Amino acid sequence: MKINLLTSTLSRKNLMALTGLFLCFFLLIHLLGNLQLLLPAAKASEMFNWYSDLLSTNIFIMMISYVLYFCLIAHAVDALVITLKNKKTAAKYVYDDRKQVSKWYSRNMGILGSLLLIFLVIHFKDFWYVYKFGALPYDRNGHKDLYAIVVNAFKSWWYVLIYVLAMIALGYHLLHGFKSAVRTLGLYHPRYAGYVQVFGIFYSYALSIGFAIIPIYVHLTQFGL
Amino acid sequence: MKIHLKIWRQKDASTKGKLVDYDLDQVDQNMSFLEMIDTLNKQLILKGDTPVEFDHDCREGICGSCGMMINGQAHGPVPGLTVCQLHMREFAANETIYVEPFRALAFPVKRDLKVDRSSFDRIIQSGGYITANTGQPQEANAQLITHEIAEAAFDSAACIGCGACVATCKNSSAALFTSAKISHLVKLPQGKQEAAKRVLKMVAQMDAEGFGHCSNTEACEAKCPQGISVLNIARMNWEHLKAAIFKD
Repeated sequence: MKINLLTSTLSRKNLMALTGLFLCFFLLIHLLGNLQLLLPAAKASEMFNWYSDLLSTNIFIMMISYVLYFCLIAHAVDALVITLKNKKTAAKYVYDDRKQVSKWYSRNMGILGSLLLIFLVIHFKDFWYVYKFGALPYDRNGHKDLYAIVVNAFKSWWYVLIYVLAMIALGYHLLHGFKSAVRTLGLYHPRYAGYVQVFGIFYSYALSIGFAIIPIYVHLTQFGL
Repeated sequence: MKIHLKIWRQKDASTKGKLVDYDLDQVDQNMSFLEMIDTLNKQLILKGDTPVEFDHDCREGICGSCGMMINGQAHGPVPGLTVCQLHMREFAANETIYVEPFRALAFPVKRDLKVDRSSFDRIIQSGGYITANTGQPQEANAQLITHEIAEAAFDSAACIGCGACVATCKNSSAALFTSAKISHLVKLPQGKQEAAKRVLKMVAQMDAEGFGHCSNTEACEAKCPQGISVLNIARMNWEHLKAAIFKD
C-alpha cells in the first residue's frame, strides 16, 4: 500500500504541525532579537542596527530564511487545503450548540491565521521590504539604520494598535496551535503531554505579550515616558 | 410536565427533511429521553401518523446504538451520557427541545433520527482486529500483560462506536473513534505485531469514508459517553507517522 505524502488527513496535519513549530521557534528568536529595542535609545539604536546587519549578511541566516519563507507559505497553503476539505465533510445543524464543548480559538484558527497573514503583509512591507530594497540612511557604524524606521513607524498610535491587536490574535493562535501541533506529531504520553501543554500556555503568553510590549514602549518613550 | 419538541423528520436519504413541531403533555421527569420519544410515538400511532424512527438497543448506555443531537449537542446537554441515559429531569417544563440526527458526510440519514454508521464498521473491518489461529484457546499465562497495560488498553477499548465524536466535531472527523481502536490494540502484545499495517489501513479507510481532519478542538472527548481521551488521537498520529516513515 502506498501512502503518498499529503494525501492522508494525518499527513496534511503533520505538515501543518512541522511548519507551525518551525514558525514557533522562529518567533522566539525574533522576539529575543527585538527585545534590544527596549534598551535606552542610543544603545538600542547601535545594537539593533548591528544585529540587523549581522542577520542580513550571514549566509546561514540567509539559508534559514528560505526555510522560513517556505514554512510560512506551506503553512498557509496547507491550512487552506485542509479548511476547504473540512468544509465539504462538515455537518450542518439547524440548531447548533456544539460550541459549548470547545474553545472558540480552537475552532477559528483559520480566521486568526488570516488576520496574522494580513498583519504579515503590513509587517513585511514596512520593515522587511524597506530593509531589503528601500533606500535606508546609515548609522555612524555604517549599518543600515533600521532602528530609525522602527521608531518612526511606531509614532502613530493606530499603527501601534494594529500591532497590539495582531499580537492578541497571535497569542490565541499559538495557544491552540502549539498544543495541537504537539498532539498531531504524536506526543501521547500523559505526563509529558501535560508538561508540554503547560509550556505551550507560557510560551503563547510570553510571545504575544513580549511582542506587544515593544511597539507600546517605543511609542511611549517618544513622548518622554 | 409539558414540553415542545422540534424533531427532524425525513422520509429517506434522498428526500429533504425538515423540523416538525410536536407538543407532549404529561412527560414524567423520570422518563429517559428515549421513553419520552416512545410516548410521542404511541400517540402518533394512535392518530394514524408515522412514528419517529430512531436507533436504540440496550437502553443502558453500553451499546452505542442511540445517538442524536439534542438542543444542538451530541447526546444532549449532560456530559458522559448516551441518549438512553439522559432523563427528562434535565429539561425544564415548557422547554422547546430540538432533536436532530447525527450528521456527517459519512453518516447519511436513513430516516428521521436514524443514520447509517456503517462507515465505522468498514474502518474496523479494514484493520481493527488481530490475526490469530482458531482452535483451542491458549494457556492464559502464555502472554503476560500487566494490570496497568490491561487497564490502559481497556480505557481505549471502551469506545461503543456511537458516533458522537463525529457528530460534535466541526470537521466531522472520526479521529477519536479510529484512534481508540488503534491504541487499544497497539497497547497489547497481541496487537503490536500488526500495528503498522493496521494504522495505515484504518487511517486510509477513515479518509476514504469522507471523514474530515482532526483540528484538536477536543469537542469529541467532551461529548464521548465513555470519556475516551484525545491522547488516543496522539497515539494514532504517532503510530501513523512511524508506520508511514518505516514501512517497507
